Amino acid sequence: MPALPLDEAGKYVAGAYVVFVALILVYVAIIAAKIARIDRQISALQGDPYGAPFEGTGAEEDE
Amino acid sequence: MYSKGLAPLAAAAAVTLTAAFAMVFFYAPNDADQGFVQKIFYVHVPMAIVALCGFVAGGVFAIKHLRSGDASWDLRSYVAIHLSIILGVGVLATGSIWARASWGHWWVWDEPVLVSFLIVFLLYCVYYPLRFSIEDPDRQARYSSVFAIAAGAFVPLNFIAVRMAESFTHPRVLSQTGGDLPGDMRLTFLVSLLGMTLLFVTLWKLELTAKHASMQLKRLRNRARVAA
Repeated sequence: MPALPLDEAGKYVAGAYVVFVALILVYVAIIAAKIARIDRQISALQGDPYGAPFEGTGAEEDE
Repeated sequence: MYSKGLAPLAAAAAVTLTAAFAMVFFYAPNDADQGFVQKIFYVHVPMAIVALCGFVAGGVFAIKHLRSGDASWDLRSYVAIHLSIILGVGVLATGSIWARASWGHWWVWDEPVLVSFLIVFLLYCVYYPLRFSIEDPDRQARYSSVFAIAAGAFVPLNFIAVRMAESFTHPRVLSQTGGDLPGDMRLTFLVSLLGMTLLFVTLWKLELTAKHASMQLKRLRNRARVAA
């Protein structure tokens, strides 16, 4: 097939890059929400209403 | 544990990918044959390469798990395969868009490169039902590792078989005999590939951090239950 004109090709190129960016953003948003939820639950379990970061909470057992 | 070095890695991935996409649109020339549509190549091919390498890495981590019995290697293997499947969705979607723009069809069934990638993708989709149908954690990790090794070995074999097959429509890039990229296109492609690799490693570490935090939560809950 001959090369598409720029106005028509632009739609496809934009579509491909939007698919990639959307995929990554959705994935990062899901994981970030998951980490934030776990962080809140760990803080609640420790009785810390201000939400200490999870890394200092018993991580020494996992190292 | 896994979150160590995550911030600089994420920054490096963001900078490299931004540079790569800037090079795609402002530095790399339009392809003489396909024109502007060929710009999809710089996101589609690096994503495919990184996804296939992620599948193989999942197999290598699974070997380490079976050799050592350390469950953390199984977790690394699972996350690598999980991320590769997500990238695989992107590869199939961007590939279809490119096929529609270049060949006039969303999918070409008699093209070995497309169909072989779909077979690999579907093969790895089986990993989830296999893994999550086993309740015992040790058995789950062991069986998943065996699958990851067998499927990981299939990926390079599949790649070689497709290379040996005669292609009618899908272009060959990075070959020694023809279809080589000119210097500026090659540099742009390599920067894109580096950016995609850094992104994969960043997301891999991010998901491992989430899994690690989830395990800590479970441990704390168990401790609280025992104390109560």
